[in-house]
Amino acid sequence: MVLAMHAPDGFLNPGTAVVTAVISMVVVGFSLRQARAQLSERAIPLAGIAAAFVFAAQMFNFPVASGTTGHLLGGALVAILLGPSVGTVVVTIVVVVQALVFADGGLTALGYNVLNMAVVTSYGGYAVFRLLRKVFPSTTGGVVGATGLAAWASVVMAAVAFSIEWLFGATAPIPFDQVFTAMVGVHSLIGIGEALVSAIAVGAVLAARPDLVFGARDLDRAQLEESRLPRTRTFVIGGVLVALLFATVVSQFAVDNPDGLEAVAVDKGFIDSGSDSAMAGSIFADYATEGISNETVSLAVAGIVGTIVTLAVAGGIFLALRERRGRSPAPV
Amino acid sequence: MSRALELSRVEFAYPDGRVALRGVDLVVDRGERVAILGPNGAGKTTLALHLNGIFRATGGRISVAGMELTDTNLREIRGMVGLVFQDPNDQLFMPSVREDVAFGPANMGLSGEELDNCVSAALELVDGTEFADRPPHHLSGGEKRRAALATVLAMEPEIVVFDEPSSGLDPAGRRDLISTLHTLRMTQLVITHDVSLALELCPRSVIMNEGQVVADGKTSELLADATLLAENRLELPFGLSIG
Amino acid sequence: MGAGHAHALYVHEHSPFHRLVPEVKIAAAVGMITCVAITPRQEVWAFALYAVIVMVLITISRVSPLFVLARLAAVAPFVVFALFIPFIGTGDTTTLWGIELSIDGLWATWNIIIKAVLGASISIVLTATTEVPDIIRGLGVLRVPALFTSIATFMIRYLELITEELGRMRVAMTARGYDPRWLYQARPIATSAGAMFVRSYERGERIHSAMLARGFTGEMPIFDRRRAGPVEWASAALLVSVFAVVALLAFTTS
Repeated sequence: MVLAMHAPDGFLNPGTAVVTAVISMVVVGFSLRQARAQLSERAIPLAGIAAAFVFAAQMFNFPVASGTTGHLLGGALVAILLGPSVGTVVVTIVVVVQALVFADGGLTALGYNVLNMAVVTSYGGYAVFRLLRKVFPSTTGGVVGATGLAAWASVVMAAVAFSIEWLFGATAPIPFDQVFTAMVGVHSLIGIGEALVSAIAVGAVLAARPDLVFGARDLDRAQLEESRLPRTRTFVIGGVLVALLFATVVSQFAVDNPDGLEAVAVDKGFIDSGSDSAMAGSIFADYATEGISNETVSLAVAGIVGTIVTLAVAGGIFLALRERRGRSPAPV
Repeated sequence: MSRALELSRVEFAYPDGRVALRGVDLVVDRGERVAILGPNGAGKTTLALHLNGIFRATGGRISVAGMELTDTNLREIRGMVGLVFQDPNDQLFMPSVREDVAFGPANMGLSGEELDNCVSAALELVDGTEFADRPPHHLSGGEKRRAALATVLAMEPEIVVFDEPSSGLDPAGRRDLISTLHTLRMTQLVITHDVSLALELCPRSVIMNEGQVVADGKTSELLADATLLAENRLELPFGLSIG
Repeated sequence: MGAGHAHALYVHEHSPFHRLVPEVKIAAAVGMITCVAITPRQEVWAFALYAVIVMVLITISRVSPLFVLARLAAVAPFVVFALFIPFIGTGDTTTLWGIELSIDGLWATWNIIIKAVLGASISIVLTATTEVPDIIRGLGVLRVPALFTSIATFMIRYLELITEELGRMRVAMTARGYDPRWLYQARPIATSAGAMFVRSYERGERIHSAMLARGFTGEMPIFDRRRAGPVEWASAALLVSVFAVVALLAFTTS
């Protein structure tokens, strides 16, 4: 499930493939224009190098737990370093080339793969970043903290997006709540890796060339000097705990609602044991009621998280529209 | 116009205030080969980037082949001043060497057969026809340097500026470089730390330090002046003595 | 999830497919894969036909079937996932060797695996017969925006360089006794990623200067390239229509 990020052809139904493809094309088209407006003729070499950087960085795994490794997605990181439109373009190109050249992800699955990995992470992650920047102190530490949390959120949002797509376009009889739980739960943990790597990386860039960080270009020299978020270690541990808590809460979502297979097993088991039909009826009735409430809750959750993710992405796009040119760091 | 290059009191400061050039005066005649020596941070590369308008001077005037550098004639100036960068990887950015060599003239408006001929001629000059269709990351260090030179020669510039052309080359590669440079007819500026390269190739040398020209004259005379060399963090290679 | 060097995927051969212009191959591949993806899963005969045609394509392209098989590892994780579906799927079940398996789930397993494998195989034939810069050029001919393809071309050009530099950083760190096993030890990796970004950015600026020095004004020059003739487009159309006919038949009989 973790790997639903480079989904193969036919993984979701054709309707979903087409709709997500249209959305992705429109948004990426918009991002291309924004990127050109922002970087003018530096767009090609800078975005090209950034894309090479993301592609290369994705090839290196970092340890997540004993024996398991994860790798960087990069959408939020590039959005914070180069702006969300450039971020979207860069990750889209990485995803498209991976599909075309490495068969990593189906060509007909590009619609949802690009939407989840490039659009949602970049624009969504950037929107969260900007929100946090308003709340956090305007210092290096504040930027780094906002980056970490935004990067975590970007991964979770990508998982949510996939789950919503599954709701509409699943090709396998696994209910939304199970997929949602698995995807979002696991990615809440994977997101910790993305958060740490992104935050530390942005910190390193801020230390060397603060003018290169798009998301921190409002900081003046004095603010840049302030390198520590008060009690950094507490902050990081707190962040990780929040992520773990989130993952646990999400995974409870399925446990409290008997999943389809379990209910069917109960049903079958009951029929096998040959009890009288009245009792059979009541168990059936129980299952039916739970089933309905299960569905209602599922849809409610889908509605809420779907709206949140959509708002985040829309927010990111809106922010991108408002920002015209980034500060040009080098003389032309 | 027999003057290939004329710099008059050129000044440059970075946006953050750091001053890189403090009034540089330099006149170079057509066909001359001039070495530009000096310690790191003297402003040599910064100066080179002014010659084709990548950096714009904050004071003073620059003229190339009699044409003064302004905002409106950058394209023409860039056609006349060729710059060979220190790291050839920065100059070879197309999928194949041939396309890299074609990039410059294509931007100048050439196309079709005219473009092909231009490209072939430039490749011939550097003995690069054999690797022309390879991607740049499949070339050796020396081949990359030759390819990078070809990309510049294809524009048929009046002046070619070399930034540390011999760095990273083994003795044989260095020898090849020197013989190639000898065959080129156009005006050449060679920024280098390689003092014996300067001695062998360039009759005239200019020493820069802290954004200014501190010495300008015959290479052999400058390099014989031990005090001058010491002041500017220059040194003759071990075993070499002049005069 | 990058996997290995780009040029390792191109197979140096001389086949009719190798000679074809990239845009034709890309269009044909997308057309074929689309037909496969929309075919109803229960029409197994259709997929058998597709598989036969794909094997013919592999033979024509002179790419070794073992090579294709090795490259199919990219879809392996999804195959594994698919195999679990009948155990956790909902709906009517059947019993196999005493285990309850969801019928819909079994069909889903088949659907996912066959479409992933067929789709990836067609994609692999495309990649094995077309060099990466050509693939990008093909995209450009197919009206993908020039900015997109230019950036992609740059990415491919500098990918190996950046990977090497990142690799060298890691070697340097390992040489100093660094052996990461836990996430909290990822700090040096992340810091070097940041340093790597700065170096990459500065290289990007130098490349930009080099482009300006050679007269660049924002649009990449377009070099004349051999365009596909009507014969090439016709053969691609024929191939795709075979797939389309099969898909259509599958729809009507289902």
